[in-house]
Amino acid sequence: MKQSLTLGKVANFIGLGFLGSLKDLFTGNLNKEEFKSFLRKTLVPLLSILLFIGLWHLGAKSLYNIEANFKIEKALNDQGPEAAEALKACIEAGTSSCQPNTLPSPSQVWDSYKSLLRDHNIIAADKASFIEKTAALNEKRLAAGKDAITYTGRPSFVDQIFRSLKTVFAGFLLALFIAVPLGIFIGLSPTLKSSFNWFIQIFKPVSPVVWYLLVFMIVKTLLIDSNEDSSFTISFISVGFCSMWATLVNTAMGVSSVDKDYINVAKVLKLGNFQKIFKVVLPSSLPLIFTGLKITLSVAWMVLIAIELLAQSPGLGLFVWEEFQNGANDSNAKIIVAMFVIGIIGFLLDRLMLTIQNWVSFDKTDAI
Amino acid sequence: MAYLELNNIYKAYGQGGNETEVLSNINLSIEEGEFVAIVGFTGSGKTTLVNLINGLIEPTKGEVLFKGEPVQGTSHERGVIFQNYSLLPWLTVGQNVFMAVKEAFPKKSKADLNAIVANYVEMVSLTPAINKRPKELSGGMRQRVAVARALAMKPEMIIMDEPLGALDALTRGNLQDEILNIWGKDKRTALLITNDVDEGIYMADRIIPLRPGPNATLGPEFKIDLERPRDKTEMNDNPNFKKTRNAIIEYLMDIGNERKSEVSKSYILPDLTPKDFVNRFK
Repeated sequence: MKQSLTLGKVANFIGLGFLGSLKDLFTGNLNKEEFKSFLRKTLVPLLSILLFIGLWHLGAKSLYNIEANFKIEKALNDQGPEAAEALKACIEAGTSSCQPNTLPSPSQVWDSYKSLLRDHNIIAADKASFIEKTAALNEKRLAAGKDAITYTGRPSFVDQIFRSLKTVFAGFLLALFIAVPLGIFIGLSPTLKSSFNWFIQIFKPVSPVVWYLLVFMIVKTLLIDSNEDSSFTISFISVGFCSMWATLVNTAMGVSSVDKDYINVAKVLKLGNFQKIFKVVLPSSLPLIFTGLKITLSVAWMVLIAIELLAQSPGLGLFVWEEFQNGANDSNAKIIVAMFVIGIIGFLLDRLMLTIQNWVSFDKTDAI
Repeated sequence: MAYLELNNIYKAYGQGGNETEVLSNINLSIEEGEFVAIVGFTGSGKTTLVNLINGLIEPTKGEVLFKGEPVQGTSHERGVIFQNYSLLPWLTVGQNVFMAVKEAFPKKSKADLNAIVANYVEMVSLTPAINKRPKELSGGMRQRVAVARALAMKPEMIIMDEPLGALDALTRGNLQDEILNIWGKDKRTALLITNDVDEGIYMADRIIPLRPGPNATLGPEFKIDLERPRDKTEMNDNPNFKKTRNAIIEYLMDIGNERKSEVSKSYILPDLTPKDFVNRFK
């Protein structure tokens, strides 16, 4: 029997169940119970978002007033009443040079978001025309055995997001390829377990900053002959090392705690070691391995920002740091935009992992 | 020489002061082609006994001989049907059986193996469910898969550890017939562990009660002299059946009471009376 793939099923599968009921609302096949649950799932979160924005607006306003009053007071004390009046007028006129520097309001953040998008469009257009212009030249250069000319202009906000995603996935893959095999070996052998235990316990709580410094020390020496920018390499390796522990511990635990019934089956069927690992041990520990990978991906995304900032590797972390250093009028608002983007991407990554997990692993509660 | 022999088996878990004795002084011999049932209370060490015979664990003292050779580890010659099905939930019915068949006959071609799988899945009438996963099946269907998996390896002896314990009465009856049917075809040696006396009488040639642990040991055997194939309804009126059934149940009741009386040993209590608080402060 083939099951049809409906919007509702897909939505439930990726954990966005309310989309299904939203569709039902428009098609009009909701009964009272379902309508209630629709309200709870959709309207309540929406209201709480509005409440959050309202509180934020009020908070930002009062912070703005505190900062403005302090500035005017200071001008009055230092430079006299005329300067204070001038400053007050300047602030009220909204001139950018004298605005108080504090938490931006929701509308300012929205404006910054739009300006960042505009900026991206300009840069994208510029890049496209550059590529078009250099296409013919590059062909000649490549034919002559020289490197092609690449666009070296400033990256836009959207470019930074993709750079960050690239770093985080490189780091995640590194963590995956180290932690899963190592976790399997540790889980299978009590000897390896006791020999690696101290290592895991000591290195697990180490801060991302220290991991970065450690990786920097090693990679800098290894790439001593290379003229390439090593910041990407350093940052993705650091991200991998910071985030791999959850997967390592979970894999080892999953592998060492396979249900005794399954092990007995493997023994009674006389499965070889290879068969036992791939047919019994690994499938039964997949749910735990994926829980580990999910934590790894969210940790990777979290530490990425700090590591990019330290490594000066292009990406959202560096964007935040540069905006903070920049101190322009809309810098604070841009930082908040970045904060939301980071949060939303983190949420989407988590959902992505959940979807893959649902896809590959059997339901433990229904087993046996 | 018997087909399967257990000589003076003693099994304890733990070591030194923490030793808990489970089985002691177990002597059993099963002839080729025989169907033997061991009946016992829950917790009397039945599963330990099964695991000793199928080679999952080793006895602390004594020896298990299979065809005159001491049992060392598991073997494809002894097929096991576990109490809790123990199917691998990430494999389909067909894949669960295929895995066993492939291990049992490593030299056969894939087509041959698939034919064996199809044959045995058909035997337990699960062909329509061959591509389903265990969680989509009912308890009875799952146990049938486990039966197919054990039999498809063509073991010389089938060991069943309360195979029908978790099933409802109807499914249980059907599966009993199915197992007897399959057993009747090539008369392999079978050992059934159960807590249901009627099931034992219906299926086995011989019933041996397991006296409850700690220190569980086998009681006197009861021969079941009923013609095969047996009919459940007719059996109920058979005087022979009634006699045997009553004898076994009486025996089990007796050892149950014995166990109770052991527990209700009288303790010598100090001769004390409560203080008289009421009159004391008057």
